[in-house]
Amino acid sequence: MIPINLVQSTAEVLMDKAAIEIPQDYLDGLQHAAKTEDGDLSSFVLKAMLENYDAAKEDRRAMCGDTGVPRWFVKMGNEARVEGGMVALEAALRRATANATNGVPLRPNRVHPLWRTDHDNNVGIGAPEIEYGFEPEGEWIDLITVHKGGLFGTDYRMLFPSDGIQGIKRFYLDSLMAFGKRGLACQPAIIGIGLGGSKDICMTLGKRASTLRIVGSRNSDPRIAEMEDEFKELGNSIGMGAMGFVGKNMVIDCNIEVGYCHTGGMPMSVHAFCLSSRRAVARIHADGRVEHRTDPDWFTDYQRRETVDWEPQREAAE
Amino acid sequence: MSPREVRLSTTPTDEAIADLQLGDVVYLDGLMYTAREGVYMRALEDKANIPMELPSQSAANFHCSPAARINPDGSFDMGAVTATASFRFAKWLPEWMAKTGAKLIVGKGGMTSKDYKEYFVPNGAVYLSTVGYGTGALLGRGVENVEAVHWNEQLGLAQAMWVIKCNRMGPFIVASDMNGDCLFERENAKIAESVARVYEGTKPAVLKRYGESDDRTDEVI
Repeated sequence: MIPINLVQSTAEVLMDKAAIEIPQDYLDGLQHAAKTEDGDLSSFVLKAMLENYDAAKEDRRAMCGDTGVPRWFVKMGNEARVEGGMVALEAALRRATANATNGVPLRPNRVHPLWRTDHDNNVGIGAPEIEYGFEPEGEWIDLITVHKGGLFGTDYRMLFPSDGIQGIKRFYLDSLMAFGKRGLACQPAIIGIGLGGSKDICMTLGKRASTLRIVGSRNSDPRIAEMEDEFKELGNSIGMGAMGFVGKNMVIDCNIEVGYCHTGGMPMSVHAFCLSSRRAVARIHADGRVEHRTDPDWFTDYQRRETVDWEPQREAAE
Repeated sequence: MSPREVRLSTTPTDEAIADLQLGDVVYLDGLMYTAREGVYMRALEDKANIPMELPSQSAANFHCSPAARINPDGSFDMGAVTATASFRFAKWLPEWMAKTGAKLIVGKGGMTSKDYKEYFVPNGAVYLSTVGYGTGALLGRGVENVEAVHWNEQLGLAQAMWVIKCNRMGPFIVASDMNGDCLFERENAKIAESVARVYEGTKPAVLKRYGESDDRTDEVI
């Protein structure tokens, strides 16, 4: 049984880490970009961002004044049990979000869409989002927080099979061009592409591809992995860099996730996880151990399963 | 080549503004206030009295809401500070500038050269962009003190009018000048040369969207 107090205290630490500490995989990617960048202004911007990450860690202050919209992904091993059940867990995550908003501090970004009511704590109707995933074995839970920016860099379109790969490329480029100019997407970014699913799941897949996969990871389908390489290269060949200045670094990595969709369609979404890619992860074990990491490791073979039943032995044998 | 660095007062002289060139890196000293849609609507549409002497106290309007808190004793803690995209505020800025004498509009992404020529240049104002975006921790280090927060109860922390004392706060990039030229449009024009090449072989989506045709009597197929 995982104690509920441990859930809340761990969640508060994660809120703090996500806002302040740039994940190592993204930092490595940006350092590599800074080495290759030869645009005067783009180079200056990347250098300033690298200094900013150090300043944030030294001062224990948020990397960016827009601290995004905090949300939670909860992954549970099949045997995991939380003290007080899932309602208690949700209350703990909401409380941790509110406490950390005041504590770090974060910007209280969350308001009512019509009345603009702000509780000054990033908690409200449907906020923070809490989404769930499960794994076949284990008594642990993974808490993952992501504080993604909310306004620019994301788009959705219903494409059709006849649009083909060239249609996918075009919508990808359109999204980069539209939101890359003037740096609205806060690039270079981790670009996530969702292909397939129903409309809402298409958006979810793309968002998870950008936020729950790390720089350097590749889809387990080798042909999709090839597309990821190709799309990263394509985005970086536009000639646009940080802030929309002339440059060669727009995409730190491109991650693609797919889901089965309606036979007549090929829905697509594009998401940009920005220069302050705020994510933090911890696994809480049943015995009270807490392990922190920055890789959500969300997209396991189980999450990408294609068949009715999960038969790991058979899958392993294949 | 590194950009030129300039230190600038938040109540700058006309000469200091005229000297700024596109792409210069600026560090600010003096008082700066945040104002975005909440403040604009309250001051311009609801005609509330602006709780500062402008522009004598500050001619620098930051399109920002900070990551900050008000402590129970009434003091402030400001962590990170970055800008929000400015283009959405074009509808209020001409009146705001006329009313407040703002000379430095500080934000994210700049405005169009049309905006600059129509009301920035006649008001002797330029646009400074934050860097990145955003160098929130570096900018936070440049906040020497939070002097006041106004309209917090009416607008909430994120939309309130924060008054901050800047001490070599930066970096910012000069994104418009006294010709009304726009740094971002200059960069767009350079990038435009390669657009046709990267799009080569791609094709328009089979199902169009309104916006791709602005004629609402058209079909989208």
